Amino acid sequence: METLASPSASRLEKRVNHPFVSYLPWLVAAVVCLAAPFLIYPVFVMELLCFALFAAAFNLLLGFGGLLSFGHACFFGGAAYLCGHALKVWGLTPELGIVLATLGAGVLGVLIGMVAIRRQGIYFAMVTLALAQIVFFSCLQLPQTGGEDGLQGIPRGMLFGFIDLSAEVMVAGSKIPLAMYLFVLTLCFGGYWLIWRTVHSPFGVVLKAIRENEPRAISLGYRVDAYKLTAFVLSAMLSGLAGATKALVVGLASLTDVSWHMSGEVVLMTLLGGMGTLLGPVVGAVTVVSLHHELSALGSWVTVTIGVIFVVCVMAFRRGIVGEIAYRMKRSF
Amino acid sequence: MDISFSAVLSQIMLGLNNGAFYALLSLGLAVIFGMLNVVNFAHGAFYMLGAFAALLGLDYLPRLLGSDVGIGFWSALLLGPLLVGLLGVLIEKTMLQRLYKVDHLYGLLLTFGLALIFEGVLTNYFNVAGEPYSGKPAMLEGAVNLGFMVFPAYRLFSIVFSLLVCFAVWYLAERTRLGSYLRAGTENPDVARAFGIDVPMLRSLTYFLGVALAGLAGVVAAPIYSVSPKMGSDLIIVVFAVVVIGGMGSIMGAIVTGLALGLLEGAVKVFYPPLANTVIFIVMALVLLWRPAGLFGKER
Repeated sequence: METLASPSASRLEKRVNHPFVSYLPWLVAAVVCLAAPFLIYPVFVMELLCFALFAAAFNLLLGFGGLLSFGHACFFGGAAYLCGHALKVWGLTPELGIVLATLGAGVLGVLIGMVAIRRQGIYFAMVTLALAQIVFFSCLQLPQTGGEDGLQGIPRGMLFGFIDLSAEVMVAGSKIPLAMYLFVLTLCFGGYWLIWRTVHSPFGVVLKAIRENEPRAISLGYRVDAYKLTAFVLSAMLSGLAGATKALVVGLASLTDVSWHMSGEVVLMTLLGGMGTLLGPVVGAVTVVSLHHELSALGSWVTVTIGVIFVVCVMAFRRGIVGEIAYRMKRSF
Repeated sequence: MDISFSAVLSQIMLGLNNGAFYALLSLGLAVIFGMLNVVNFAHGAFYMLGAFAALLGLDYLPRLLGSDVGIGFWSALLLGPLLVGLLGVLIEKTMLQRLYKVDHLYGLLLTFGLALIFEGVLTNYFNVAGEPYSGKPAMLEGAVNLGFMVFPAYRLFSIVFSLLVCFAVWYLAERTRLGSYLRAGTENPDVARAFGIDVPMLRSLTYFLGVALAGLAGVVAAPIYSVSPKMGSDLIIVVFAVVVIGGMGSIMGAIVTGLALGLLEGAVKVFYPPLANTVIFIVMALVLLWRPAGLFGKER
């Protein structure tokens, strides 16, 4: 039986051993990210960064833990609401709001994770989907969340109390919210680095072992449920970090962020980019979010397009973009 | 709390009505899952397509053909499930069939994509708020006095009809030769094939049956709820929860759980309305903590 994620990416990394070579992708990414706001609308770049982190956090669970959660929007959107409320109503500084929202997503992750890891495979997907609906309806009905309108006009505020995140600076002839951009870049790189470290840690290796053969991992004495729960909570917190940051970037937390469509979207980003590859979710997120922006004039044909991409990916392209490239390079080299 | 007895009763009957739909839909999901190992995310979309088949047959087809008589309710009750089922067979033969050998999650993802396609296409042409279906048969207009309360005749019909269909499916699966083939194919496809049972054919037939049940539920629901492209997507998640609570093991389990949860939802709507949307999900969480395999399920 074909397993969910191809191990091709980890095989590929073995050939990379020189320290400079292993840092090269990070350097390239840093250069691209620093150049991007001069070429593209900065808010859009920041949104891309948030979704890339969200997809990478989701992939930590699906690609490396083999657990398909169909309810990850509840962490993303829930944290967005929490962060928005903390900034707008309680008047917290942005970094505190984001920390609080990330921790909140973690608590939610513990609660949902403890129930969901009792079932495997398809059931896990259905259970997470159903539990996330509780969060969705809470966001719809609670008086603090603004119902159908969502939380609007979330202020960016003063970072650490003295850096104005809404300020725009003239850099090389274009107006850029420099402080905000660097803040978002730091958060997203930090989150992504944590995922990268986790995957390459002993914990990540055990996680992969559980994905490949759970009974065997149990027989070797690993407490499988504890590992799964830890991965679930970590993924939930990083998704929350992405959601809170996104709320800060666009100044809005809406029902779209918590709905099951968003959960489906992050599955698609990961599937399209390549499950179980580190770079795949980033590529997938950039593709899907750009697609949304490009096609936004077409109304609900966007939904149809997303559906078609899903079908094509599942039928003919299960390795995803990055997974396919990795697979071919391995074969041709 | 000051709630009149008749208000409670009428909400509970409405709950029973929803429960009958949950039973029909979760039954189809359970049958498909048992035979194909696919969680049919498109089930809600097929339900929606069933309702649209009834609506289009009545209102749009005559306009298209220039005649003044459309396909009425009783014909739609037969044609709707048939069309939806045939669409299902087409999907099974061309796509789902290729996914049996890979991880089961891909079946879920494929049907999720298909659900998005159906929903997206129809959203382009129809109002999301929904359109009323005017083909309710004349003999089911008005209300019936049940002795303890007065209840709309059509709703009573939809409860009774859905239950009859549920029990017919139960009889088909548990008491007939075809049903025994079906169970054999579920239990062990390889051995069933060795005994000369055409398992691929049986799988198509199962998908046809499950999807047609969803289409049938859609036709029956059309006169009650407004027909909208989104009508299936919210329902399907509740039905997933119903299936997790009941466990996918038994057909009778799916029927009983569906009805019971519909009743519970109706009761909660009276006593604490804010919880009405989430009560089934909360019950699901509790059941998972207590019996991970579901009420009627076997761990597999």
